[in-house]
Amino acid sequence: MQVDVRSDVREFIVDNFLFREDRETVSDTESLLENGLMDSTGVLELVAFLESDIGIEIQDNEIVPENFDSIENISNYANAKLSKNSN
Amino acid sequence: MCGIAGYFGKPATVLPEAKILDGMVGAIAHRGPDARATRVLAGAGLGHARLSIIDLAGGAQPMASEDESVWLSFNGEIFNHVELRDALVDQGHRFRTKSDTEVILRLYLQKGLDCVEDLNGDFSFAIWDARKKRLMIARDRMGVRPLFYTQNNGCLYFASEVKALLQVPGIAAELDPVALDQIFTMWFPLAPRTAFKGISELPPGHVLTATPDAINVRRYWQLDYPDADGEGSFAGRSEASLAEELRALLFDATRIRLRSDVPVGAYLSGGLDSSIITAAVKKITPDALRTFSVAFESGEFDEREQQQEMVAALDTRHEELMCTQADIADAFPSVIRHTETPILRTAPAPLFGLSGLVRMSGFKVVLTGEGADEVFAGYDIFKEAKLRRFCASQPDSRFRPLLYRRLYPYLPQLQNQSQSSLAAFFSAGGMALDDPLYSHLPRFRTTSGTKLFFSEQMRSELGDYDALADLRENLPADFTRWHPLSQSQYLEAAHLLPGYILSSQGDRMSMAHSVEGRYPFLDHRLVEFAARIPPRMKMRALREKHILRESVKDLLPQTISDRPKQPYRAPDSQCFTGADAPAYVDDRLSRPEIETAGYFDAGAVEKLLAKCRKRPNVGTRDNMAMVGIISTQLWHHAFAERAETEHARAEPRAVA
Repeated sequence: MQVDVRSDVREFIVDNFLFREDRETVSDTESLLENGLMDSTGVLELVAFLESDIGIEIQDNEIVPENFDSIENISNYANAKLSKNSN
Repeated sequence: MCGIAGYFGKPATVLPEAKILDGMVGAIAHRGPDARATRVLAGAGLGHARLSIIDLAGGAQPMASEDESVWLSFNGEIFNHVELRDALVDQGHRFRTKSDTEVILRLYLQKGLDCVEDLNGDFSFAIWDARKKRLMIARDRMGVRPLFYTQNNGCLYFASEVKALLQVPGIAAELDPVALDQIFTMWFPLAPRTAFKGISELPPGHVLTATPDAINVRRYWQLDYPDADGEGSFAGRSEASLAEELRALLFDATRIRLRSDVPVGAYLSGGLDSSIITAAVKKITPDALRTFSVAFESGEFDEREQQQEMVAALDTRHEELMCTQADIADAFPSVIRHTETPILRTAPAPLFGLSGLVRMSGFKVVLTGEGADEVFAGYDIFKEAKLRRFCASQPDSRFRPLLYRRLYPYLPQLQNQSQSSLAAFFSAGGMALDDPLYSHLPRFRTTSGTKLFFSEQMRSELGDYDALADLRENLPADFTRWHPLSQSQYLEAAHLLPGYILSSQGDRMSMAHSVEGRYPFLDHRLVEFAARIPPRMKMRALREKHILRESVKDLLPQTISDRPKQPYRAPDSQCFTGADAPAYVDDRLSRPEIETAGYFDAGAVEKLLAKCRKRPNVGTRDNMAMVGIISTQLWHHAFAERAETEHARAEPRAVA
């Protein structure tokens, strides 16, 4: 079965990093680090969320900006991990 | 150690001058509980709250010259008063008291405004010279003792703390948005700016003079470093000989700071700096020494093991204060009434408790190791900047960024970060190696993230204001010629030290309980000497405070003298959002209070609070934001709101 965590990831990002009401949306592709929505310790909050709530295990060497910088990248990365687990 | 207050000119209020002075001095009575006095003179008024430490009987203030033409009100200590007195006696001065206060007075009679140049000490004072119709107010070089001033209806008011100025009818507390932006970027308001709109601090190392014609603010001392090119004035000196001279200076700085007519204790954190001072004190006076420290529940912050090691090695009588998260949160409203400024860390709160313990133990004076990190390059930010430059010189190296993990062994979060995220974080501003703020850009960038929570109103008031541009413009002309280590040391020593460490963590926390802190590492002779030591001797490879460690290594157990820097930290946002959080948090962060104050976006604050309650381990930005928002709201509640209610109470009558 194909899982898609995109909406969970989006919800987590919006709840935990998109504080301001005048900024209603964050696009799937914008850089969360560059836009100041997330700082480097925020990445660790995200890792904790993916491990505890989504249930994937993340290796140190996978914590790279390419995997964590946008909702799209995070979702693709997490989806890939999940489908690998279920195979 | 005391509090001072006063004015120059004629207060334009219906209250009699003596009443105004009484109100001002009363507001800072905690600084000087032993005696209070005021003096209304023709053209000026002086007030004083006294904590008696030297010449308990004879040092009453305000103090006048024999002909009563010159009056002095003084807060602080002049540590070289013995030597200055001998020199003045040789020149024919006759002293009536044994106090250091009288030494300033006579030195002024001898040298006028230049008297500050001869003083080695922590001071702020005011001198009214009726002959010249001139008020002089002055502050020590490093900014240990505070001094604030403002003008109202043509009259100049000054005081040790802002709360004294707020006693003057017509002077109200209003938050300066630019100051808030600066604090939420750099941790401190850029002097002379304070959190209070229209109220200035006299910057460290400055003298203000006021005459009926003009007010003039002049710098009398500047922290200065040699040019990076060339060997500087210590060319040819060996490390061993500089270390020996350093040690002699440090011992002298400590020795003169033990001058007191009441017993002196010491803070012993377990770190290198306070251990050095404690060891030096024991060498100088073999008497029983009382030491004090803070303990935390969490091993992440606690240093009891190291403290006990030093207590055993130096044989001191030690007391510790256990500081829980609940203690921090409970004390925080009082802490903010004393810091008088929003802050982004809770670190002052345990020190507030500690000075309470010191006072209860019967002590008025403590020596501490504060200042060593600024003066001898101990902070991690110095190593971090060195590493960043090192990595920037070979951007493709896979190995170099891994060194960052060695930098912060005590930060569990950092240990888990990958090589490339480390590199991405620390290369912030990597394009701008020539930016004078290069060393501090990652910190400033992380801190600036807290401004995300500013309200629309704050944002529009601030427009495109850039706190870092302001800081760059404030740097000395020679700054760009200094070694990068000297540049980053300057940013810490000339800005963060007086703007946050010595004020919010130092003077205000200890004086809240009438305790005077003394800082041998901030003796200006030692500061000037250290500035001239070649940077490679201060930081050898990544060994911070290298020459300082070398100079005193025989005084300490090796585990202490080799111990890497462990910064003083305390639990932050979780104090306010955990199970033990006090009830005021909900009030101060409620939508109505946030919206009435107007500084923050209420929706964003709600979300942050919910997040911190749900996930206790929030990142750095959110931790600082939570403490910053609570402290700003507490500040508003303690100062601005009170002024509004008092104003509202007075207003209807005025209208009717």
